[in-house]
Amino acid sequence: MERINLSTTAAESRTLREQIKAHSGVDVKDCYQCGKCTAGCPVAFAMDYTPRQVIRLVQLGLKDEALKCHSIWLCACCETCYARCPRQVDLAKLMEALRIEAKGMGYIPEKNVDLFNDLFLKSVEKNGRVHEMGLILQYNLQSRQFLKDATLAPKLFTDGKIHIAAEKIADNGAVKRIFDKVRNMGEEVK
Amino acid sequence: MKYAYYPGCSLNSTGIEYNVSAKAVAKHLGLELWEIPEWNCCGASAAHNTDHLLSLALPARNLAIAEKEGLDVAVPCAACFNRLKATQQAVRQSSATKETINSVIEMEYQGTNDVLALSEALVRAFSLESIKEKVVRPLTDLKAAVYYGCLLVRPPELTQFDDAEDPQSVDNIITALGADPVNWAFKVECCGAGHSTTRPDVGLPMIDKILADAKANGADCVVTACPLCFLNLDMRQKEIEQKYDRSYQLPIFYFTELMGLAFGYSTKDMGVNKHFVNPMPLLEGKDLLRHPATRRDEA
Repeated sequence: MERINLSTTAAESRTLREQIKAHSGVDVKDCYQCGKCTAGCPVAFAMDYTPRQVIRLVQLGLKDEALKCHSIWLCACCETCYARCPRQVDLAKLMEALRIEAKGMGYIPEKNVDLFNDLFLKSVEKNGRVHEMGLILQYNLQSRQFLKDATLAPKLFTDGKIHIAAEKIADNGAVKRIFDKVRNMGEEVK
Repeated sequence: MKYAYYPGCSLNSTGIEYNVSAKAVAKHLGLELWEIPEWNCCGASAAHNTDHLLSLALPARNLAIAEKEGLDVAVPCAACFNRLKATQQAVRQSSATKETINSVIEMEYQGTNDVLALSEALVRAFSLESIKEKVVRPLTDLKAAVYYGCLLVRPPELTQFDDAEDPQSVDNIITALGADPVNWAFKVECCGAGHSTTRPDVGLPMIDKILADAKANGADCVVTACPLCFLNLDMRQKEIEQKYDRSYQLPIFYFTELMGLAFGYSTKDMGVNKHFVNPMPLLEGKDLLRHPATRRDEA
């Protein structure tokens, strides 16, 4: 088992903990490591650190491990952990805060998850609504999976479930301004 | 009775059956759905994974338009419902947050109107009893695994929707239609959302477990109230069957489609012909599509 020198991480742990608390309102000190979050997590099977371990990383101030792990990107935000937590720790919110922090530092181990989110928001900014056909085409192109789900396309088309043209809202300028303003705000609200 | 209606992006595309059936059923019951003009995307998970303020501002614009009309908002999509509700709560809880959001959307949103999941909105407006009275073609002998997924019920402090572990509200609607909800373990388990697209090795096993549990508990079909859950269970089912060497053949329905069928509408009117897993053998096998008049006489 890997040895961790906790005395050097103690100071750092405070910084990361405070950062997370300021961003998400989640105080990881509330967690007493019962593991109920992990027991109910439907994605735990695919994670490198289980949800309980992710909190532990933050408690111990192991910032790099917390920010570089795949788990924070694989969390499906289903909130089972939070709904069952005996200490009301909003773990999904913590995962979200860690993802945003990780992305800001350029740690993106799950490129496709991140790419999908980015393309989704680009579509919303451009049209006011998401254009599913355009989103999937762009996603396949940029993730270099050119034929992914291609066999589903003909039926989706004939049933009118995907459309070549994007549906734009007339008041689209309003949505663009929302994106611009949020970008310029810099500081986020809780 | 009148609600503002926020369909959300999926209901104009991959979730078109939900939109068509929801509108028909509401109209049939006598509910006016006022579609929020020029509504914009709620940002879904992409927004709240990227920027907290963006994830509140995008839904706020829609809520502000509805609030100006003095209307509560009915939301068919579980994910949109969750995002709109989160914005409502954030605005109600903090006046500082409210001011920030209002300056971003350049509109006034005070959080005075309510956000309701469509199923909740329908029962609140009409009661289970009056829904039952409208049934002309009871769904007798149809065993349904009612699937709520994540965001309709969680986190419970936010959604205020039913029991987070064993919700009953949609089961009650299905029962009123004459069908039998089965007892199963996966009604609130997550379907993996977008993982079926971005990490199929993670997403597909999650969907597989849900289908397997529904089948193991004797369900003829799964009933959903979320366009993404529907898409994962319906569109991905064949891929899962091939990949894991299974045979489910489990039709997936929106609860509104079943309401429509029980009210006497045709399968085509409900968009049921657009499903990937063909539900016709099931519906015909259970003799559920017989002419309303004769079916009611026997019920």
